[in-house]
Amino acid sequence: MSERKIIIEPVTRVEGHGKVTILLDENQQVTQARLHIVEFRGFERFIQGRPYWEIPVLVQRLCGICPVSHHLAAAKAMDGIVGVDQLTPTAEKIRRLMHYGQMFQSHALHFFHLCSPDLLFGFDADVAIRNVVGVARKFPELAVQGVMMRKYGQEIIKATAGKKIHGTGAVPGGVNKNLSIAERDEFLKEIDQMIEWSKSALKIAKDYTFEHLDELADFGAFDSNHVSLIREDGAMDLYHGNLRAVNAEGATIFDQVDYQGYYKYIAEEVRPWSYMKFPFIKTIGPENGWYRVGPLARINTCDFIDSPEAEIARQEFMGITDGKPNNLTMAYHWARMIELLHSAEKIRDLLNDPDLQGTDLMVKGERREESVGLIEAPRGTLFHHYKVDENDQVTMANLIVSTTNNNTPMNLAVEGVAKKYLSGTEITEGLLNHVEVAIRAYDPCLSCATHALGKMPLEIELRDAAGELIDRKAR
Amino acid sequence: MKFTIDGQEIEAKPGQTIMEAADAAGIYIPRLCAHSDLKPIGSCRVCTVIVDGRPQAACVKPVAEGMVVENETPELLEHRRNIIDMMFVEGNHFCMFCERSGNCELQAMAYRFGITAPQYPFQFPPKEVDASHPDVMLDHNRCIMCARCVRASQELDGKNVFQSIGRGFDRKIGVNGEKVLADTDMSVDDRSADVCPVGCIIKKRTAFKTPIGQRLYDHQPIGSDIEEGGHE
Ligand code: FES
Ligand code: NI
Repeated sequence: MSERKIIIEPVTRVEGHGKVTILLDENQQVTQARLHIVEFRGFERFIQGRPYWEIPVLVQRLCGICPVSHHLAAAKAMDGIVGVDQLTPTAEKIRRLMHYGQMFQSHALHFFHLCSPDLLFGFDADVAIRNVVGVARKFPELAVQGVMMRKYGQEIIKATAGKKIHGTGAVPGGVNKNLSIAERDEFLKEIDQMIEWSKSALKIAKDYTFEHLDELADFGAFDSNHVSLIREDGAMDLYHGNLRAVNAEGATIFDQVDYQGYYKYIAEEVRPWSYMKFPFIKTIGPENGWYRVGPLARINTCDFIDSPEAEIARQEFMGITDGKPNNLTMAYHWARMIELLHSAEKIRDLLNDPDLQGTDLMVKGERREESVGLIEAPRGTLFHHYKVDENDQVTMANLIVSTTNNNTPMNLAVEGVAKKYLSGTEITEGLLNHVEVAIRAYDPCLSCATHALGKMPLEIELRDAAGELIDRKAR
Repeated sequence: MKFTIDGQEIEAKPGQTIMEAADAAGIYIPRLCAHSDLKPIGSCRVCTVIVDGRPQAACVKPVAEGMVVENETPELLEHRRNIIDMMFVEGNHFCMFCERSGNCELQAMAYRFGITAPQYPFQFPPKEVDASHPDVMLDHNRCIMCARCVRASQELDGKNVFQSIGRGFDRKIGVNGEKVLADTDMSVDDRSADVCPVGCIIKKRTAFKTPIGQRLYDHQPIGSDIEEGGHE
């Protein structure tokens, strides 16, 4: 028996517990790495029978760290259910403001709490120093900026959704509040500072990548397809657009696809060892059709960014690959900081738009039975698909979350790192560190539960060709 | 007519219940099944007070001259907390995504009593949703059996849409026997669609239209209107 079935037992229901299994062949060489993330898969069943108007609020229970993304993706789907294709300008802009606020706080949090310790101290540094507390000691200003930026984004969420987490702002067909002049003026006071700080965070990520380009080229890097929403003119659009997929060289796979029919282009493969599905592009097939989503994919797929400073940053980013997609796992950090700046610029533009004080908040249309809502969440494209019966009850829900879209890439990144850093049959601190850094680049939801501490509960298992456990290490 | 609540002398009119007299005097006695437009039935027991040493439901007990009523004793607070607690675990009350959140009397009552998590284990009983009616939905997960809807339908709407059926743990609100709401003469304009203290009877397509911060209990605890003497 050369392979044995591995039983995966979720150690805990805590969202965000990650477990990696590394499989070896007879010669003790790495053949595969498998990342397991415990997901609350019962959700799709749980929402069946619930009234459609409840869903945008209900789905926020899916994730404690990006509830706004679920809120908006579901609200977009429910716009379709109530027959609304075009929101009022005020409603769309309030939702965008909420979304950019979420993007801003999520990216800031990820960078300062999770990523900056790796970049500032190096991957090999002792975990006792390589954490957010270490950053706060050595770079106190930076730590303060991180906290302030996160707070700014959260206040925007509160002003548009009613609460920092689990708000109710987006309703089918619109929103339930606008932004008052007083609220707007509070945000305007600080927005220039936020843009400045975004630029300095961007600089850290950029300089780091430039300085370590050789090393990073070999760190969990691999060619892949890239998928994201794109505006009709090819601009990056985090809130709405059509689907675009490009391959590792930048050639178009599909473009300007109306996401209402996403399932004609994207399918999900089930593998026996994982609760998480493996999405792939149908025309290419499961073997090679998997793709990346998130900041890296978005920068790679878009033609330009419609906010000036982020566009300059994008051009610099694309410069190192001569305009072709960048396929380095570690380039996610740089891409994420470009989006941080873009979000700040978009927030500034929106705050200066009088439509935010408009009072036309909701529209109605003709009820439909089926609808899809997509959004570019901080971690990547998020799919919400629903069917609703004539009694207004949900009969079908299919969600493809960002982390699921990045499933294969994360497995490959871990595999690459394991091949490089595993020597012998022992899990060393160094291996654990590097696996952690590779997974973290994707900012998967497994870091959700741990954002506050900047630590990732990670467990690595090493199994031989017979499937026997050789070593195990947890953090 | 005079009597006392927690030592405070109260003026009452003949025929008034303890609750009515207390309301008029600006003293709030917590309640869930009582409603100012409906005949009291004394069923939820949240309004329990001690009258001359014996527990009574303040919503049904008429005032008598010289009565000594205790309302805010530690024992009564404890008793009321327990009842509210039981209501949470006997139903499926997911406040975090319930559209009545912020306007819900049960939730507001829990906040008033400082309950953040129930002390009893959740029972997660299987309950139905009746969404058959075009304009009104019935989510039995959130029913607390206050029977306000039963009374409102009969007393105010001149209909008989709702009834209490079954016994004990299986007790539930039925519609015209064992039918669904679509089979009744229920209208969204009926008063019975308005009186539900929780998120059981809801008007379709009205959810979450009021932003957080502007809902009934966002800023003031339940009962504060009475305590401020604003009895309508
Ligand atoms: S309010 Fe008196 S028993 Fe319910
Ligand atoms: Ni999440």
